[in-house]
Amino acid sequence: MEVLFAVLIGALTAAGVYLCCLRQVFPVVLGLSLLSYATNLFVFVAGRLTLGAPPIWEEGVTRFADPLPQALVLTAIVISFGMTALLVVLAIRARFEAGAERSDAPAVTERPEVER
Amino acid sequence: MGASAIVALPLLGAILPPLFARAGRTPALLAALTPSLAALALLWGQGAAVFSGEPVVALAPWVPSLGLEWALRIDGLGFFFASLILAIGVLIFIYSRGYLAGNESLGTFYAYLLLFQGAMLGVVLADNLLLLPVFWELTSLSSFLLIGFWRHLQDGRRGARLALAITGAGGLALLAGLILLGEVAGTYRISELAARREVILAAPLAPVILALILLGAFTKSAQFPFHFWLPHAMAAPTPVSAYLHSATMVKAGLYLLARLWPVFGQTDAWDAWVTGVGAATMLLGAVIAFFKDDLKALLAYSTVSHLGLVTMLLGLGSPTAVFAAMLHILMHATFKAALFMNTGIVDHETGSRDLRRLGGLAKVMPGTAGLGTLAALSMAGVPPLNGFVSKEEMLAEALAIRWGDGWLLWAIVVLATIFSAAYAFRYFSALFFGPLRLPEGRRAHDPPALLWGPPLALVVAVVVLGLWPGLAEPLLVAASASAAGSGRAWPELALWHGFGAPLVVSVAAFVCGAALVWRYPALSRRALAWALPLDGRRMFFAAQTGLARGAHCLVVRLHSGVLGRYVLLLTGVSLVALALGWGMGEGWRPQRPPTPVNGLAVIFVAIALVAIGLVLRWHQERLRAVLLTGAVGLVVSLAFLHASAPDLALTQIAVEAVTTVLLLLTLFFLPQHDAASLPKPRGAAVVAVLAGLVVGLLAWVMMRNEAPTLADYFWSRSVPEGGGSNVVNVILVDFRGYDTYGEITVLGIAGLVIYALLQGMQEGVARKNLHAWRFPFALSATRHPLPFAVTARVMLPFLLTAVVYVFLRGHNAPGGGFIAALLVTLAFLIQYMASGLSWTMQRLRLDAHLWIGMGLLVAGATGMAAMVFGAPFLRSAHGEVPVPGIGPVALASAMGFDLGVLLTVFGAVTLALVQLAFLGRLAGFAPNRTPMDPVRPRPSSEGG
Repeated sequence: MEVLFAVLIGALTAAGVYLCCLRQVFPVVLGLSLLSYATNLFVFVAGRLTLGAPPIWEEGVTRFADPLPQALVLTAIVISFGMTALLVVLAIRARFEAGAERSDAPAVTERPEVER
Repeated sequence: MGASAIVALPLLGAILPPLFARAGRTPALLAALTPSLAALALLWGQGAAVFSGEPVVALAPWVPSLGLEWALRIDGLGFFFASLILAIGVLIFIYSRGYLAGNESLGTFYAYLLLFQGAMLGVVLADNLLLLPVFWELTSLSSFLLIGFWRHLQDGRRGARLALAITGAGGLALLAGLILLGEVAGTYRISELAARREVILAAPLAPVILALILLGAFTKSAQFPFHFWLPHAMAAPTPVSAYLHSATMVKAGLYLLARLWPVFGQTDAWDAWVTGVGAATMLLGAVIAFFKDDLKALLAYSTVSHLGLVTMLLGLGSPTAVFAAMLHILMHATFKAALFMNTGIVDHETGSRDLRRLGGLAKVMPGTAGLGTLAALSMAGVPPLNGFVSKEEMLAEALAIRWGDGWLLWAIVVLATIFSAAYAFRYFSALFFGPLRLPEGRRAHDPPALLWGPPLALVVAVVVLGLWPGLAEPLLVAASASAAGSGRAWPELALWHGFGAPLVVSVAAFVCGAALVWRYPALSRRALAWALPLDGRRMFFAAQTGLARGAHCLVVRLHSGVLGRYVLLLTGVSLVALALGWGMGEGWRPQRPPTPVNGLAVIFVAIALVAIGLVLRWHQERLRAVLLTGAVGLVVSLAFLHASAPDLALTQIAVEAVTTVLLLLTLFFLPQHDAASLPKPRGAAVVAVLAGLVVGLLAWVMMRNEAPTLADYFWSRSVPEGGGSNVVNVILVDFRGYDTYGEITVLGIAGLVIYALLQGMQEGVARKNLHAWRFPFALSATRHPLPFAVTARVMLPFLLTAVVYVFLRGHNAPGGGFIAALLVTLAFLIQYMASGLSWTMQRLRLDAHLWIGMGLLVAGATGMAAMVFGAPFLRSAHGEVPVPGIGPVALASAMGFDLGVLLTVFGAVTLALVQLAFLGRLAGFAPNRTPMDPVRPRPSSEGG
């Protein structure tokens, strides 16, 4: 099972990084979604894999999944929605302010002013 | 208690003057004087104890794990410096009231001065190696504010920056040195260091510690080669120059040297460096001062020279030299502060402080001339003034060195004494005597009492301490004893010491000095010819410009503006770091047995991989890409479910649904891109594949590795302490409730930011572009199909019931606030999709802002409620509540917190989605008034 999870995490990471490199915003949003999946899964499996033993307390049960990474990831999933929403709204605003949907910006060229 | 109040009074009192300044300038002065005088009274109230050798101590823990504590200690040395700081401060405050013009912000000025005063008191009273640098940096900061007080002057801004950079850098070195010292000594108490002298000196790090500490002291006390910031600090208003840059702050370095004298004093490295740097500074300052025409520059370099003199004394290695150092600190503070104030008066009355434009002022300002002449004569070391007493002691100490060891020192000291006499003579003779010279159209006269009162008080001290130096003996003995050890014989202070080498040098210095002043015109022309090429200030600004240029080059390289390059750079660097870490690690073999593979899992992962591949293939065809990403998310939630995380699976599914709706809404404004894809950064594919391989491998290694976990802790405490058996939920609302509180706040803020961003599109360019926006594809003829609308309405009560159920059971079974919030959002989203925005908004009056605020309030109030019962924020209580008809029901106060989570998350998500949908209106997308209406032609366009 570990191998399957590792493959899934690896594939999500690779696709996420690749999409984040593109010059339009929408693919970057998708890439970040995929990267979020990868990251959440990665943090989650830091608690190691335990099958069929959810961390719901019962008298006498000794085998259970680590609840801490689950709690960390739960809020992360919800926050990742907030991030995606903010990003697409920024993209829409930029699209209608600047007329183009681009993830890149003009490079910095002007020289800094230094008071001597 | 007393010690803490002495430091705290000026620091807290700094608030008062700006407030009282509204009532006028004199109230501001009184507001500044009150805390200082109170602190002075408190300090002198401790005098008896201090003089009997009983230090007054105040102790409170601050960060015990670091060794940082609020430790103040008034011993003789601290008492001596604190008295100087407060007493001269009082005079400076009075003087400033007369000096600053009526339209200048006197309240702010006093606030800065009090801030400095408190910080400086902290420096000299701190008994902790980590507390001292805190105050040390505060003095640098307040000095920065005061030098740059006249913000409109470029010189002021430059001088302030220069001073901050030099003393700030020295402060960092000092901090490093003091931390090392504390670690080596095994104690951060300064008063305990002397007893560990042997341990400290034997440590291999001892030379490094000494170098770092000396760097801090030398930069602060303007020692060569860091002396150049001090003359530029003279751009400050004159009271600041008198107070910070001659009487007190620049003595902080000397204080530190004296304080650490018992630890490092009388060692070869200390003696060589401290004496050498001090003597060099003393001579250099005196020579430059002689050739300065600007009165403040003359005094600044003179201060540099006198600071060098004291430094040299602290390096001579004998306790009596320490005594002479203390003596000179006192004497110098009196006559130099008086001289600065005197210069301020001249500047104030004549509008100039340039010796080439001024002369013979004794005719028009006799009082000022009298005070200035007396103070300058004291600076020259002429009897019977106090400068003579301390100079004699200094000469006696320096000349006590054997000729064979010290001939160079002798020569430097004698030369420096000659130039000191020379610039002091020049100060008063050129300024006050000879023919009257004033700048065009100026008339000068003696100033009002506010300006001459404070220097008069100082000059009285100059004369009294000259005639009866024994008056200061107890104070100086107490100070020297805490630096160099008690129980020894100290020199008897007297005006007349009989004939001896020091007197001979003094008389020779007066004669040579007078000759130098007589020959000044010829000398100054020659001096200008070989003016020192080593200009520290120029080097500093060259370095500053160089750094700015270098940074610019780097920024241009790194900030290409292409997101992809940043991503690649960050990923690449992380990969390299990982590879390095991997290479340094030891061999590894799996420790945990693999978990069995399930056939269904293989199929689902295969589906996910195909979906990921298709997203990459079709990222331009956005509708498909969104749906495929959703499919990947579903597999991820199944993975959570399979690996025993039902809460995560539920959350992921709900978020997936909401995100898909969000992205579909977005597609209306960011539809498929027809243009061929823009160029990708090179190497994207390679780096991405590498990242995938490495992260996957890392995940696999981690999963097969054993490591200690906190799982048992939460598992065993969840029911007894949190009152819930769903451990994940209990962690969220109880154990890590603070964290959750922060997260929902972030989400709420994100919602509000989205609202603000979209509201901003109702005007300007965005509004115009939005109005002109045409969705490039055909829209469906039936936006709101009848069966969907009807089903949605029937489903609503059931969905809401399910939400209540999921929420209530969350503490003991999968569910809870987050999941319930997402489900209730979905329940309403379905109505929006089925019946349209207007229809739903007319019936569902949801003010999402209100929900966010309410949620945060409810969550916060639940946390506070715990504090009412004396428990920490967010500690939950739980128990069984009997409900009639149902029986006992287990309840935990954390449920209230979870309700807050529900409301906030619901509010934030709804706000984002509804606002986005609302944007369609601005684009001229006709609202529907009835459900199930067909698309009507838009009023502004010819067709659909």
